[in-house]
Amino acid sequence: MPDKLSTRVRLLRDRLLQAVPVLVVATFIVFALLHLTPGDPAIALAGEAPTPAHLAEIRQFYGLDQPFIGQYGLWLWNAAHADLGRSMFSGEPVVTTIVHDLPYTLLVVAYALLLSIAIGVPLGVAAAAREGSALDVAVTSLSSAGVAVPYFWFAMILVSIFALQLGWFPATGAVPFSQDPVGALRSATLPSIALSSFGMAEIMRQLRAALVEVLSSPYVRTLRAKGLSSRSILWKHGLRNVGITVLTVIGLLFNRMLGATVVVEAVFAIPGIGSDIAQAAVNKDYPMIQGAVFALALIVIAANLLIDILYTVLDPRVTR
Amino acid sequence: MTWLRSDRRAMVSLAFLVILIGVALLAPVVSPYAPNEQDLSATLEPASAAHLLGTDDLGRDTLSRLIWGARSSLYASILAVLIAVLIGVPVGLAAGLGGKWADIGISRTIDALLSFPAITLAVGVTGVLGVGLTNGMIAVGITFSPQLARLVRSRTLVGRGELYVDAARVYNASPLRIALRHVLPNAMPPVIVQISLLLAGALLAEAALSFLGLGVQPPTASWGAMLARAYNYMDVAPAQMYPPGVAVLLTAMAFNALGESMRSLLDPMARR
Repeated sequence: MPDKLSTRVRLLRDRLLQAVPVLVVATFIVFALLHLTPGDPAIALAGEAPTPAHLAEIRQFYGLDQPFIGQYGLWLWNAAHADLGRSMFSGEPVVTTIVHDLPYTLLVVAYALLLSIAIGVPLGVAAAAREGSALDVAVTSLSSAGVAVPYFWFAMILVSIFALQLGWFPATGAVPFSQDPVGALRSATLPSIALSSFGMAEIMRQLRAALVEVLSSPYVRTLRAKGLSSRSILWKHGLRNVGITVLTVIGLLFNRMLGATVVVEAVFAIPGIGSDIAQAAVNKDYPMIQGAVFALALIVIAANLLIDILYTVLDPRVTR
Repeated sequence: MTWLRSDRRAMVSLAFLVILIGVALLAPVVSPYAPNEQDLSATLEPASAAHLLGTDDLGRDTLSRLIWGARSSLYASILAVLIAVLIGVPVGLAAGLGGKWADIGISRTIDALLSFPAITLAVGVTGVLGVGLTNGMIAVGITFSPQLARLVRSRTLVGRGELYVDAARVYNASPLRIALRHVLPNAMPPVIVQISLLLAGALLAEAALSFLGLGVQPPTASWGAMLARAYNYMDVAPAQMYPPGVAVLLTAMAFNALGESMRSLLDPMARR
Protein backbone atom coordinates (compact mmCIF):
# COMPACT_ATOMS: atom_id res chain seq x y z
CA MET A 1 0.00 0.00 0.00
CA PRO A 2 2.07 2.92 -1.25
CA ASP A 3 -0.47 5.43 0.03
CA LYS A 4 -0.22 4.26 3.61
CA LEU A 5 3.56 4.11 3.39
CA SER A 6 3.84 7.69 2.28
CA THR A 7 1.62 8.79 5.19
CA ARG A 8 3.95 6.94 7.48
CA VAL A 9 7.04 8.49 5.94
CA ARG A 10 5.50 11.92 6.18
CA LEU A 11 4.68 11.29 9.82
CA LEU A 12 8.23 10.22 10.58
CA ARG A 13 9.61 13.26 8.81
CA ASP A 14 7.31 15.57 10.80
CA ARG A 15 8.33 13.88 13.99
CA LEU A 16 12.03 14.25 13.16
CA LEU A 17 11.51 17.91 12.37
CA GLN A 18 9.71 18.39 15.68
CA ALA A 19 12.68 16.95 17.54
CA VAL A 20 15.02 19.59 16.11
CA PRO A 21 13.68 22.62 18.04
CA VAL A 22 13.49 20.49 21.19
CA LEU A 23 17.13 19.58 20.72
CA VAL A 24 18.10 23.20 20.15
CA VAL A 25 16.25 24.38 23.25
CA ALA A 26 17.80 21.53 25.25
CA THR A 27 21.31 22.61 24.23
CA PHE A 28 20.44 26.16 25.22
CA ILE A 29 19.20 25.03 28.64
CA VAL A 30 22.40 23.06 29.23
CA PHE A 31 24.51 25.98 28.07
CA ALA A 32 22.58 28.42 30.26
CA LEU A 33 23.10 26.18 33.34
CA LEU A 34 26.59 27.59 33.74
CA HIS A 35 25.24 31.12 33.85
CA LEU A 36 23.16 30.27 36.91
CA THR A 37 26.38 30.31 38.92
CA PRO A 38 26.58 33.23 41.26
CA GLY A 39 29.23 35.65 39.96
CA ASP A 40 31.75 35.29 37.16
CA PRO A 41 31.53 31.90 35.40
CA ALA A 42 35.24 32.04 34.62
CA ILE A 43 36.10 32.16 38.31
CA ALA A 44 33.59 29.38 38.98
CA LEU A 45 35.16 27.27 36.23
CA ALA A 46 38.71 27.93 37.38
CA GLY A 47 38.12 26.38 40.79
CA GLU A 48 40.10 27.49 43.80
CA ALA A 49 42.87 30.12 43.61
CA PRO A 50 43.09 30.60 39.83
CA THR A 51 46.04 32.32 38.18
CA PRO A 52 45.27 35.20 35.77
CA ALA A 53 46.71 33.11 32.91
CA HIS A 54 44.42 30.21 33.76
CA LEU A 55 41.42 32.55 33.89
CA ALA A 56 42.32 33.99 30.48
CA GLU A 57 42.60 30.48 29.06
CA ILE A 58 39.17 29.53 30.40
CA ARG A 59 37.64 32.76 29.11
CA GLN A 60 38.99 31.94 25.70
CA PHE A 61 37.87 28.30 25.64
CA TYR A 62 34.33 29.13 26.71
CA GLY A 63 34.30 32.40 24.79
CA LEU A 64 33.36 34.23 27.98
CA ASP A 65 34.77 37.45 26.53
CA GLN A 66 32.15 37.27 23.77
CA PRO A 67 28.49 38.29 23.94
CA PHE A 68 26.05 35.71 25.31
CA ILE A 69 24.86 34.46 21.92
CA GLY A 70 28.43 34.11 20.70
CA GLN A 71 29.25 32.00 23.75
CA TYR A 72 26.27 29.80 22.97
CA GLY A 73 27.41 29.44 19.37
CA LEU A 74 30.86 28.42 20.51
CA TRP A 75 29.42 25.92 22.98
CA LEU A 76 27.24 24.42 20.22
CA TRP A 77 30.20 24.28 17.84
CA ASN A 78 32.31 22.48 20.43
CA ALA A 79 29.45 20.15 21.39
CA ALA A 80 28.89 19.27 17.74
CA HIS A 81 32.55 18.26 17.64
CA ALA A 82 32.07 16.07 20.73
CA ASP A 83 33.95 18.53 22.91
CA LEU A 84 32.14 19.30 26.15
CA GLY A 85 35.22 20.60 27.94
CA ARG A 86 37.30 18.96 30.63
CA SER A 87 36.28 17.90 34.09
CA MET A 88 37.58 20.43 36.62
CA PHE A 89 38.11 17.58 39.01
CA SER A 90 39.81 14.80 37.04
CA GLY A 91 41.06 16.85 34.09
CA GLU A 92 39.68 14.20 31.73
CA PRO A 93 37.64 15.27 28.71
CA VAL A 94 33.98 15.14 29.76
CA VAL A 95 33.01 13.17 26.64
CA THR A 96 35.57 10.45 27.43
CA THR A 97 34.17 10.02 30.93
CA ILE A 98 30.59 9.90 29.64
CA VAL A 99 31.36 7.32 26.96
CA HIS A 100 33.22 5.22 29.52
CA ASP A 101 30.56 5.39 32.25
CA LEU A 102 27.34 5.35 30.26
CA PRO A 103 27.25 1.54 29.66
CA TYR A 104 26.98 0.86 33.42
CA THR A 105 23.97 3.15 33.65
CA LEU A 106 22.28 1.83 30.51
CA LEU A 107 22.72 -1.78 31.65
CA VAL A 108 20.93 -1.08 34.93
CA VAL A 109 18.13 0.87 33.22
CA ALA A 110 17.61 -1.76 30.49
CA TYR A 111 17.60 -4.55 33.07
CA ALA A 112 15.14 -2.60 35.23
CA LEU A 113 12.83 -1.96 32.26
CA LEU A 114 12.83 -5.67 31.36
CA LEU A 115 12.07 -6.64 34.97
CA SER A 116 9.27 -4.06 35.13
CA ILE A 117 7.70 -5.41 31.95
CA ALA A 118 8.16 -9.06 32.91
CA ILE A 119 6.42 -8.56 36.26
CA GLY A 120 4.16 -5.60 35.55
CA VAL A 121 2.49 -6.80 32.35
CA PRO A 122 1.16 -10.19 33.57
CA LEU A 123 0.03 -8.71 36.88
CA GLY A 124 -1.63 -5.73 35.22
CA VAL A 125 -3.47 -7.97 32.74
CA ALA A 126 -4.52 -10.42 35.43
CA ALA A 127 -5.84 -7.61 37.64
CA ALA A 128 -7.88 -6.14 34.77
CA ALA A 129 -9.26 -9.56 33.83
CA ARG A 130 -10.54 -10.12 37.37
CA GLU A 131 -11.53 -6.60 38.32
CA GLY A 132 -12.49 -6.33 41.98
CA SER A 133 -10.99 -9.72 42.91
CA ALA A 134 -8.50 -10.22 45.75
CA LEU A 135 -5.73 -10.32 43.15
CA ASP A 136 -6.88 -6.99 41.73
CA VAL A 137 -6.88 -5.41 45.19
CA ALA A 138 -3.40 -6.79 45.85
CA VAL A 139 -2.04 -5.51 42.52
CA THR A 140 -3.63 -2.09 43.02
CA SER A 141 -2.21 -1.75 46.53
CA LEU A 142 1.21 -2.94 45.37
CA SER A 143 1.28 -0.37 42.59
CA SER A 144 0.25 2.52 44.83
CA ALA A 145 3.05 1.56 47.23
CA GLY A 146 5.45 1.10 44.32
CA VAL A 147 4.97 4.59 42.91
CA ALA A 148 5.44 6.18 46.34
CA VAL A 149 8.35 4.14 47.68
CA PRO A 150 11.66 6.02 47.83
CA TYR A 151 13.50 3.72 45.43
CA PHE A 152 16.91 4.35 46.99
CA TRP A 153 15.51 3.35 50.37
CA PHE A 154 14.17 0.18 48.77
CA ALA A 155 17.67 -0.25 47.35
CA MET A 156 19.11 -0.02 50.88
CA ILE A 157 16.68 -2.67 52.11
CA LEU A 158 17.72 -4.95 49.24
CA VAL A 159 21.41 -4.45 50.07
CA SER A 160 20.81 -5.08 53.74
CA ILE A 161 18.95 -8.35 53.10
CA PHE A 162 20.34 -9.85 49.92
CA ALA A 163 23.90 -8.58 50.00
CA LEU A 164 24.87 -8.06 53.66
CA GLN A 165 22.80 -10.80 55.32
CA LEU A 166 22.39 -13.48 52.65
CA GLY A 167 25.39 -12.64 50.47
CA TRP A 168 23.60 -13.54 47.23
CA PHE A 169 24.66 -10.41 45.40
CA PRO A 170 27.55 -7.97 45.76
CA ALA A 171 26.61 -4.96 47.90
CA THR A 172 28.45 -2.41 45.79
CA GLY A 173 30.43 -1.98 42.59
CA ALA A 174 29.90 -2.90 38.96
CA VAL A 175 31.68 -5.02 36.36
CA PRO A 176 31.95 -4.02 32.69
CA PHE A 177 29.49 -6.11 30.68
CA SER A 178 32.02 -6.59 27.87
CA GLN A 179 34.52 -8.24 30.20
CA ASP A 180 32.27 -10.40 32.34
CA PRO A 181 28.60 -10.47 31.30
CA VAL A 182 27.50 -12.77 34.12
CA GLY A 183 29.28 -10.74 36.78
CA ALA A 184 27.91 -7.54 35.28
CA LEU A 185 24.34 -8.85 35.44
CA ARG A 186 24.89 -10.10 38.98
CA SER A 187 26.01 -6.68 40.22
CA ALA A 188 23.26 -4.96 38.24
CA THR A 189 20.49 -7.15 39.70
CA LEU A 190 19.82 -5.36 42.99
CA PRO A 191 20.01 -1.85 41.50
CA SER A 192 17.64 -2.95 38.74
CA ILE A 193 15.15 -4.41 41.20
CA ALA A 194 15.28 -1.14 43.13
CA LEU A 195 14.50 0.86 39.98
CA SER A 196 11.77 -1.53 38.90
CA SER A 197 9.87 -0.80 42.15
CA PHE A 198 8.24 2.20 40.53
CA GLY A 199 8.64 0.78 37.02
CA MET A 200 6.44 -2.24 37.49
CA ALA A 201 4.03 -0.25 39.63
CA GLU A 202 3.53 2.25 36.83
CA ILE A 203 3.11 -0.48 34.19
CA MET A 204 0.61 -2.42 36.32
CA ARG A 205 -1.40 0.70 37.09
CA GLN A 206 -1.64 2.09 33.59
CA LEU A 207 -2.11 -1.28 31.91
CA ARG A 208 -4.87 -2.25 34.31
CA ALA A 209 -6.62 1.09 33.75
CA ALA A 210 -6.33 0.80 29.95
CA LEU A 211 -7.62 -2.77 29.85
CA VAL A 212 -10.47 -2.13 32.26
CA GLU A 213 -11.55 0.67 29.93
CA VAL A 214 -11.36 -1.64 26.89
CA LEU A 215 -13.30 -4.36 28.67
CA SER A 216 -16.11 -1.98 29.60
CA SER A 217 -16.33 -0.48 26.10
CA PRO A 218 -19.48 -1.04 24.00
CA TYR A 219 -17.79 -3.23 21.39
CA VAL A 220 -16.51 -5.62 24.03
CA ARG A 221 -20.01 -5.77 25.51
CA THR A 222 -21.24 -6.78 22.07
CA LEU A 223 -18.60 -9.46 21.79
CA ARG A 224 -19.56 -10.74 25.20
CA ALA A 225 -23.21 -10.78 24.20
CA LYS A 226 -22.18 -12.92 21.25
CA GLY A 227 -20.85 -15.41 23.76
CA LEU A 228 -17.11 -14.79 23.77
CA SER A 229 -15.40 -15.32 27.11
CA SER A 230 -13.56 -12.46 28.84
CA ARG A 231 -10.33 -14.35 28.38
CA SER A 232 -10.56 -14.67 24.62
CA ILE A 233 -11.69 -11.06 24.30
CA LEU A 234 -8.69 -10.03 26.32
CA TRP A 235 -6.35 -12.08 24.14
CA LYS A 236 -7.77 -10.97 20.81
CA HIS A 237 -8.64 -7.34 21.48
CA GLY A 238 -6.65 -6.36 24.52
CA LEU A 239 -3.21 -7.26 23.23
CA ARG A 240 -2.81 -4.31 20.94
CA ASN A 241 -3.74 -2.07 23.85
CA VAL A 242 -1.15 -3.81 25.96
CA GLY A 243 1.52 -3.02 23.39
CA ILE A 244 0.60 0.64 23.06
CA THR A 245 0.14 1.25 26.77
CA VAL A 246 3.41 -0.47 27.63
CA LEU A 247 5.20 1.55 24.98
CA THR A 248 3.86 4.82 26.39
CA VAL A 249 4.81 3.85 29.93
CA ILE A 250 8.27 2.73 28.82
CA GLY A 251 8.90 6.18 27.35
CA LEU A 252 7.99 7.75 30.68
CA LEU A 253 9.90 5.17 32.71
CA PHE A 254 13.05 5.38 30.65
CA ASN A 255 13.30 9.07 31.49
CA ARG A 256 12.52 8.54 35.18
CA MET A 257 14.83 5.55 35.56
CA LEU A 258 17.75 7.36 33.96
CA GLY A 259 17.17 10.15 36.47
CA ALA A 260 16.81 7.76 39.38
CA THR A 261 20.21 6.22 38.64
CA VAL A 262 21.69 9.42 40.09
CA VAL A 263 20.68 8.20 43.55
CA VAL A 264 20.64 4.43 43.02
CA GLU A 265 24.18 4.44 41.66
CA ALA A 266 25.24 6.27 44.80
CA VAL A 267 23.75 3.50 46.96
CA PHE A 268 25.54 0.76 45.03
CA ALA A 269 28.72 2.74 44.23
CA ILE A 270 28.20 2.09 40.50
CA PRO A 271 30.62 4.25 38.47
CA GLY A 272 27.91 5.22 35.96
CA ILE A 273 26.81 8.56 34.61
CA GLY A 274 24.43 9.08 37.54
CA SER A 275 27.34 8.95 39.97
CA ASP A 276 29.22 11.36 37.71
CA ILE A 277 26.43 13.93 37.99
CA ALA A 278 26.03 13.51 41.75
CA GLN A 279 29.78 13.83 42.33
CA ALA A 280 30.07 16.73 39.91
CA ALA A 281 27.26 18.52 41.76
CA VAL A 282 29.02 18.09 45.11
CA ASN A 283 32.41 19.14 43.63
CA LYS A 284 30.97 22.05 41.60
CA ASP A 285 32.50 20.47 38.49
CA TYR A 286 30.50 22.58 36.02
CA PRO A 287 31.65 21.12 32.69
CA MET A 288 30.92 17.61 33.99
CA ILE A 289 27.45 18.65 35.21
CA GLN A 290 26.68 20.25 31.84
CA GLY A 291 28.05 17.36 29.82
CA ALA A 292 26.37 14.58 31.75
CA VAL A 293 23.00 16.34 31.95
CA PHE A 294 23.22 17.02 28.22
CA ALA A 295 24.11 13.41 27.42
CA LEU A 296 21.08 12.13 29.32
CA ALA A 297 18.78 14.63 27.61
CA LEU A 298 20.11 13.54 24.21
CA ILE A 299 19.44 9.90 25.06
CA VAL A 300 15.90 10.69 26.22
CA ILE A 301 15.14 12.72 23.08
CA ALA A 302 16.44 9.85 20.91
CA ALA A 303 14.42 7.30 22.89
CA ASN A 304 11.24 9.37 22.57
CA LEU A 305 11.78 9.55 18.83
CA LEU A 306 12.24 5.79 18.62
CA ILE A 307 9.07 5.24 20.64
CA ASP A 308 7.08 7.54 18.37
CA ILE A 309 8.31 5.55 15.39
CA LEU A 310 7.24 2.31 17.05
CA TYR A 311 3.83 3.86 17.71
CA THR A 312 3.21 4.34 14.02
CA VAL A 313 4.00 0.65 13.54
CA LEU A 314 1.82 -0.57 16.40
CA ASP A 315 -1.18 1.71 16.22
CA PRO A 316 -2.92 1.97 12.85
CA ARG A 317 -4.92 4.93 14.13
CA VAL A 318 -1.77 7.06 14.28
CA THR A 319 -1.28 6.86 10.53
CA ARG A 320 -4.86 7.61 9.69
CA MET B 1 -17.00 17.17 51.89
CA THR B 2 -19.29 14.25 51.13
CA TRP B 3 -16.51 13.29 48.77
CA LEU B 4 -14.24 12.39 51.72
CA ARG B 5 -16.92 10.35 53.41
CA SER B 6 -17.38 8.22 50.32
CA ASP B 7 -13.66 7.64 49.78
CA ARG B 8 -12.13 6.02 52.83
CA ARG B 9 -8.61 5.98 51.43
CA ALA B 10 -8.68 9.71 50.80
CA MET B 11 -10.10 10.37 54.26
CA VAL B 12 -7.42 8.29 55.97
CA SER B 13 -4.76 10.04 53.86
CA LEU B 14 -6.05 13.48 54.73
CA ALA B 15 -6.22 12.61 58.43
CA PHE B 16 -2.66 11.28 58.27
CA LEU B 17 -1.40 14.45 56.61
CA VAL B 18 -3.20 16.73 59.05
CA ILE B 19 -1.71 14.84 62.00
CA LEU B 20 1.72 14.88 60.36
CA ILE B 21 1.60 18.62 59.77
CA GLY B 22 0.38 19.12 63.35
CA VAL B 23 3.25 17.04 64.72
CA ALA B 24 5.74 18.90 62.52
CA LEU B 25 4.46 22.29 63.70
CA LEU B 26 4.46 21.17 67.34
CA ALA B 27 7.89 19.51 67.07
CA PRO B 28 9.40 21.51 69.98
CA VAL B 29 6.55 20.33 72.23
CA VAL B 30 6.01 16.74 71.14
CA SER B 31 9.51 15.50 70.41
CA PRO B 32 10.99 13.70 73.44
CA TYR B 33 14.52 15.05 72.92
CA ALA B 34 16.13 18.00 71.16
CA PRO B 35 16.90 16.90 67.57
CA ASN B 36 20.64 17.57 67.84
CA GLU B 37 21.12 16.40 71.41
CA GLN B 38 23.99 13.91 71.27
CA ASP B 39 24.72 11.10 73.67
CA LEU B 40 27.95 9.50 72.52
CA SER B 41 27.61 6.80 75.16
CA ALA B 42 24.44 5.55 73.46
CA THR B 43 25.08 5.50 69.70
CA LEU B 44 23.19 3.29 67.20
CA GLU B 45 21.07 1.82 69.98
CA PRO B 46 18.10 -0.38 69.14
CA ALA B 47 14.60 0.69 70.13
CA SER B 48 14.09 0.98 73.88
CA ALA B 49 11.79 2.69 76.39
CA ALA B 50 14.13 5.69 76.52
CA HIS B 51 14.50 5.88 72.72
CA LEU B 52 11.38 4.47 71.06
CA LEU B 53 13.03 4.23 67.63
CA GLY B 54 16.63 3.90 68.83
CA THR B 55 19.48 6.34 68.28
CA ASP B 56 21.68 7.33 65.35
CA ASP B 57 25.48 7.22 65.01
CA LEU B 58 25.88 10.30 67.22
CA GLY B 59 23.48 9.04 69.86
CA ARG B 60 20.68 11.36 68.79
CA ASP B 61 17.13 10.19 69.39
CA THR B 62 15.71 8.86 66.10
CA LEU B 63 12.07 9.60 66.94
CA SER B 64 12.90 13.24 67.74
CA ARG B 65 14.87 13.60 64.53
CA LEU B 66 12.02 12.00 62.62
CA ILE B 67 9.60 14.58 64.04
CA TRP B 68 11.95 17.50 63.33
CA GLY B 69 12.79 15.97 59.97
CA ALA B 70 9.09 16.12 59.06
CA ARG B 71 9.45 19.90 59.30
CA SER B 72 12.30 20.14 56.79
CA SER B 73 10.86 17.51 54.49
CA LEU B 74 7.37 19.03 54.38
CA TYR B 75 8.72 22.58 54.14
CA ALA B 76 10.96 21.47 51.27
CA SER B 77 8.12 19.76 49.38
CA ILE B 78 5.78 22.72 49.78
CA LEU B 79 8.50 25.18 48.73
CA ALA B 80 9.33 23.16 45.60
CA VAL B 81 5.69 22.85 44.56
CA LEU B 82 5.05 26.53 45.28
CA ILE B 83 7.92 27.45 42.94
CA ALA B 84 6.60 25.05 40.31
CA VAL B 85 3.17 26.72 40.55
CA LEU B 86 4.60 30.24 40.44
CA ILE B 87 6.52 29.42 37.27
CA GLY B 88 4.27 26.85 35.63
CA VAL B 89 0.86 28.51 35.91
CA PRO B 90 1.74 31.92 34.38
CA VAL B 91 3.83 30.26 31.67
CA GLY B 92 1.00 27.87 30.83
CA LEU B 93 -1.49 30.76 30.67
CA ALA B 94 0.87 32.74 28.43
CA ALA B 95 1.22 29.76 26.08
CA GLY B 96 -2.53 29.30 25.88
CA LEU B 97 -3.46 32.96 25.48
CA GLY B 98 -0.38 34.61 24.00
CA GLY B 99 -0.93 33.67 20.37
CA LYS B 100 0.59 31.15 18.01
CA TRP B 101 4.27 32.03 18.32
CA ALA B 102 4.26 32.33 22.09
CA ASP B 103 2.59 28.93 22.18
CA ILE B 104 5.13 27.31 19.85
CA GLY B 105 8.08 28.81 21.69
CA ILE B 106 6.80 27.86 25.13
CA SER B 107 5.64 24.39 24.07
CA ARG B 108 9.02 23.49 22.58
CA THR B 109 10.74 24.77 25.72
CA ILE B 110 8.42 22.60 27.82
CA ASP B 111 9.17 19.58 25.60
CA ALA B 112 12.88 20.23 25.93
CA LEU B 113 12.72 20.61 29.72
CA LEU B 114 10.72 17.40 29.99
CA SER B 115 13.48 15.59 28.06
CA PHE B 116 15.76 16.07 31.04
CA PRO B 117 15.25 13.43 33.69
CA ALA B 118 13.79 15.60 36.48
CA ILE B 119 16.03 14.45 39.30
CA THR B 120 19.13 14.74 37.13
CA LEU B 121 18.33 18.30 36.17
CA ALA B 122 17.54 19.12 39.81
CA VAL B 123 20.88 17.64 40.92
CA GLY B 124 22.67 19.57 38.19
CA VAL B 125 20.95 22.87 38.98
CA THR B 126 21.63 22.40 42.71
CA GLY B 127 25.28 21.77 41.90
CA VAL B 128 25.42 25.01 39.96
CA LEU B 129 23.40 27.11 42.44
CA GLY B 130 25.26 25.67 45.42
CA VAL B 131 24.12 22.96 47.83
CA GLY B 132 21.48 23.59 50.48
CA LEU B 133 17.85 22.76 51.06
CA THR B 134 16.42 25.99 49.61
CA ASN B 135 18.57 25.87 46.46
CA GLY B 136 17.78 22.19 46.05
CA MET B 137 14.06 22.82 46.25
CA ILE B 138 14.26 25.78 43.85
CA ALA B 139 15.89 23.34 41.44
CA VAL B 140 13.17 20.74 42.01
CA GLY B 141 10.50 23.41 41.57
CA ILE B 142 12.04 24.50 38.27
CA THR B 143 12.15 20.92 36.99
CA PHE B 144 8.52 20.31 38.03
CA SER B 145 7.19 23.53 36.49
CA PRO B 146 6.94 22.31 32.86
CA GLN B 147 4.42 19.63 33.89
CA LEU B 148 2.15 22.28 35.37
CA ALA B 149 2.73 24.65 32.46
CA ARG B 150 1.69 21.94 30.00
CA LEU B 151 -1.44 21.17 32.00
CA VAL B 152 -2.47 24.83 32.36
CA ARG B 153 -1.79 25.42 28.67
CA SER B 154 -4.08 22.62 27.55
CA ARG B 155 -6.83 23.74 29.95
CA THR B 156 -6.42 27.31 28.73
CA LEU B 157 -6.79 26.24 25.11
CA VAL B 158 -10.11 24.67 26.05
CA GLY B 159 -11.20 27.57 28.25
CA ARG B 160 -10.42 30.41 25.89
CA GLY B 161 -13.06 29.22 23.42
CA GLU B 162 -15.84 29.34 26.02
CA LEU B 163 -18.73 31.67 25.49
CA TYR B 164 -18.17 33.62 28.71
CA VAL B 165 -14.58 34.32 27.63
CA ASP B 166 -15.84 35.70 24.31
CA ALA B 167 -18.35 37.76 26.27
CA ALA B 168 -15.61 39.19 28.46
CA ARG B 169 -13.65 40.06 25.36
CA VAL B 170 -16.65 41.88 23.92
CA TYR B 171 -16.85 43.90 27.14
CA ASN B 172 -13.25 44.93 26.53
CA ALA B 173 -11.85 43.14 29.55
CA SER B 174 -8.05 43.32 29.60
CA PRO B 175 -6.15 40.17 28.58
CA LEU B 176 -4.78 39.91 32.13
CA ARG B 177 -8.28 40.10 33.58
CA ILE B 178 -9.53 37.48 31.13
CA ALA B 179 -6.63 35.21 32.04
CA LEU B 180 -7.01 35.57 35.80
CA ARG B 181 -10.77 35.93 36.21
CA HIS B 182 -12.19 33.81 33.42
CA VAL B 183 -9.67 31.24 32.23
CA LEU B 184 -7.61 30.41 35.29
CA PRO B 185 -10.46 29.44 37.63
CA ASN B 186 -11.51 26.72 35.21
CA ALA B 187 -7.98 25.45 34.86
CA MET B 188 -7.53 25.21 38.63
CA PRO B 189 -9.18 21.90 39.55
CA PRO B 190 -6.75 19.71 37.56
CA VAL B 191 -3.92 21.92 38.78
CA ILE B 192 -4.90 21.20 42.37
CA VAL B 193 -4.88 17.47 41.61
CA GLN B 194 -1.44 17.83 40.07
CA ILE B 195 -0.20 19.82 43.08
CA SER B 196 -1.10 16.94 45.35
CA LEU B 197 0.74 14.46 43.11
CA LEU B 198 3.72 16.82 42.79
CA LEU B 199 3.95 17.11 46.58
CA ALA B 200 4.63 13.37 46.67
CA GLY B 201 7.23 13.77 43.93
CA ALA B 202 8.87 16.70 45.74
CA LEU B 203 9.05 14.71 48.96
CA LEU B 204 10.91 11.93 47.15
CA ALA B 205 13.13 14.52 45.46
CA GLU B 206 14.02 16.13 48.81
CA ALA B 207 14.89 12.73 50.20
CA ALA B 208 17.04 11.98 47.13
CA LEU B 209 18.87 15.33 47.16
CA SER B 210 19.51 15.21 50.90
CA PHE B 211 20.64 11.60 50.55
CA LEU B 212 23.25 12.79 48.05
CA GLY B 213 24.32 15.55 50.45
CA LEU B 214 22.95 18.29 48.19
CA GLY B 215 19.91 19.21 50.26
CA VAL B 216 19.70 19.68 54.00
CA GLN B 217 23.10 20.23 55.60
CA PRO B 218 24.15 18.72 58.96
CA PRO B 219 23.15 18.85 61.71
CA THR B 220 19.62 19.69 60.47
CA ALA B 221 17.38 16.63 60.29
CA SER B 222 15.38 15.70 57.23
CA TRP B 223 14.10 12.30 56.22
CA GLY B 224 16.53 12.12 53.32
CA ALA B 225 19.47 13.16 55.47
CA MET B 226 18.50 10.52 58.04
CA LEU B 227 18.47 7.89 55.29
CA ALA B 228 21.95 8.99 54.22
CA ARG B 229 23.31 8.53 57.76
CA ALA B 230 21.53 5.22 58.17
CA TYR B 231 23.10 4.10 54.88
CA ASN B 232 26.59 4.68 56.26
CA TYR B 233 25.90 2.46 59.27
CA MET B 234 23.75 -0.07 57.47
CA ASP B 235 25.92 -3.05 58.41
CA VAL B 236 25.90 -2.27 62.16
CA ALA B 237 22.41 -0.84 62.65
CA PRO B 238 20.17 -1.77 59.71
CA ALA B 239 17.04 -0.89 61.71
CA GLN B 240 17.91 2.83 61.55
CA MET B 241 16.92 3.09 57.89
CA TYR B 242 13.31 2.04 58.45
CA PRO B 243 11.75 5.01 60.32
CA PRO B 244 12.66 7.72 57.76
CA GLY B 245 11.97 5.39 54.81
CA VAL B 246 8.53 4.45 56.08
CA ALA B 247 7.80 8.12 56.82
CA VAL B 248 8.57 9.11 53.22
CA LEU B 249 6.62 6.15 51.84
CA LEU B 250 3.46 6.80 53.87
CA THR B 251 3.49 10.55 53.28
CA ALA B 252 4.02 10.16 49.53
CA MET B 253 1.24 7.56 49.40
CA ALA B 254 -1.08 9.94 51.24
CA PHE B 255 -0.39 12.82 48.81
CA ASN B 256 -0.91 10.46 45.85
CA ALA B 257 -4.12 8.97 47.24
CA LEU B 258 -5.53 12.43 47.89
CA GLY B 259 -4.61 13.59 44.39
CA GLU B 260 -6.09 10.53 42.73
CA SER B 261 -9.26 10.76 44.75
CA MET B 262 -9.72 14.39 43.71
CA ARG B 263 -9.01 13.44 40.12
CA SER B 264 -11.73 10.80 40.05
CA LEU B 265 -14.06 13.34 41.63
CA LEU B 266 -13.39 15.75 38.76
CA ASP B 267 -13.56 13.11 36.07
CA PRO B 268 -16.62 10.95 36.70
CA MET B 269 -15.66 8.74 33.75
CA ALA B 270 -12.56 7.59 35.59
CA ARG B 271 -14.45 6.85 38.79
CA ARG B 272 -14.60 3.18 39.54
